[in-house]
Amino acid sequence: MLFKVSVLCLAIPAKVVRIEGDRAEIEIGGVKREASLALVADAGVNVGDYVLVHTGYAIAKIREDEAEEILKAWKEVLAEG
Amino acid sequence: MFSKFRDRKLVEKVTQKIEEESKGITVRIMHVCGTHEWTITHFGIRDLLPSNVEVVAGPGCPVCVTPGSEIDMIAELSTKDGVAVTTFGDVIRVPGTRTSLSEAKARGGDVRLVYGIEEAVRIARQERKKEVVHFSIGFETTAPMAAVEILKGPPENFSIFSTHKLIPPAMEFLLKSGLSLDGFICPGHVSTIIGVKPYRGLAERYRKPMVVAGFEPLDVLLGILSIVRQVKEGGWGVENEYTRAVREEGNVIALKAIGDVFEVADSWWRGIGRIEASGLKLRGHFEEFDASKKFGLEAPPADYMPEGCGCGEVLKGVIKPEDCPLFGKECTPNHPIGPCMVSLEGTCSIIYKYRSLRW
Ligand code: SF4
Repeated sequence: MLFKVSVLCLAIPAKVVRIEGDRAEIEIGGVKREASLALVADAGVNVGDYVLVHTGYAIAKIREDEAEEILKAWKEVLAEG
Repeated sequence: MFSKFRDRKLVEKVTQKIEEESKGITVRIMHVCGTHEWTITHFGIRDLLPSNVEVVAGPGCPVCVTPGSEIDMIAELSTKDGVAVTTFGDVIRVPGTRTSLSEAKARGGDVRLVYGIEEAVRIARQERKKEVVHFSIGFETTAPMAAVEILKGPPENFSIFSTHKLIPPAMEFLLKSGLSLDGFICPGHVSTIIGVKPYRGLAERYRKPMVVAGFEPLDVLLGILSIVRQVKEGGWGVENEYTRAVREEGNVIALKAIGDVFEVADSWWRGIGRIEASGLKLRGHFEEFDASKKFGLEAPPADYMPEGCGCGEVLKGVIKPEDCPLFGKECTPNHPIGPCMVSLEGTCSIIYKYRSLRW
């Protein structure tokens, strides 16, 4: 399966379970790992948030509200007829 | 949290809409990301599309586009006394022109798999007598980690051999070369770093719609729908469907780190050729961490593909893996012939492994 290995253009959504300075403990499908938060220092990542992790670094915070927005907008487009 | 983007009802609606909107036109869309190919193949998205809407894979696999001559150099370096080469998973099996990292390892070369560059620096700290050379490969998604580690100041026995590549110049190269393409699904993870902006100029110059999309089935289908709608109306805008992870300006911390550490240089893409301003090399004042300087690794690029292998055409989306006469016969994931079958992100390997799976 693709997600077992560190693949180069892949980033995996992971839940932040603990934060210490710019390090975080993250959980991916029940497996705990460590990741650096250095690249998302301005994103206001908190425990419980989801981040995209690539080769040991979080690269983006996943914004749930944006996911809702985009789906809502598309549903409107689809309803147009 | 991701089930929303797998909602079957919505998937049905979107595919229906794609069919409706594409009536009477043909649309050929390229994506440039191994993970998009995985989503498309794994979820059987091509089967959901009408025959006049085609999605092809472009050069979205960093391992596949790394020149064979660079693989040779790094593999040979790993067999030198006192040197250890660190790299990521599937890089080690990729054939160069003469050898591969796994062959070098079998000959006694010191090759270590790491999860990230941070681990490579840690090895250098622990083994001060070794020269630890990290084979720094990847697109914009992977370059920031290398930049951050260099900025943190690794030990002097650490260096990187940078073969980092940039996606938008490759997209431009393909557009310029006149391939028949009507739009791009832009790579989601690369875009978390570079943002949406770099695509705007491209879309404008070549009048092609582009959509930044995520990696769930609906993400990709909505991207396709959006491109189909634009083609139908004769538009060429850039849309961001993946707003939950991608900002207009990208990841500014990552971009700054890349800019501080690397400068843009021409780069050779295996199977495609030399692409202007499409690579990253270390800036002069980080020379001490530059393995190409430290070990004199400057060979002319050799664009070698194993005989009969159609990878070059696969990477440009000119042929499908199934059109390669070796696909599934001489060439399988267990006995790969070209880089596109070796790498887990390679189009040949993904299509071979997942084409029969459906959700
Ligand atoms: S199937 Fe194998 S030989 Fe053919 S293009 Fe793909 S990697 Fe090359």
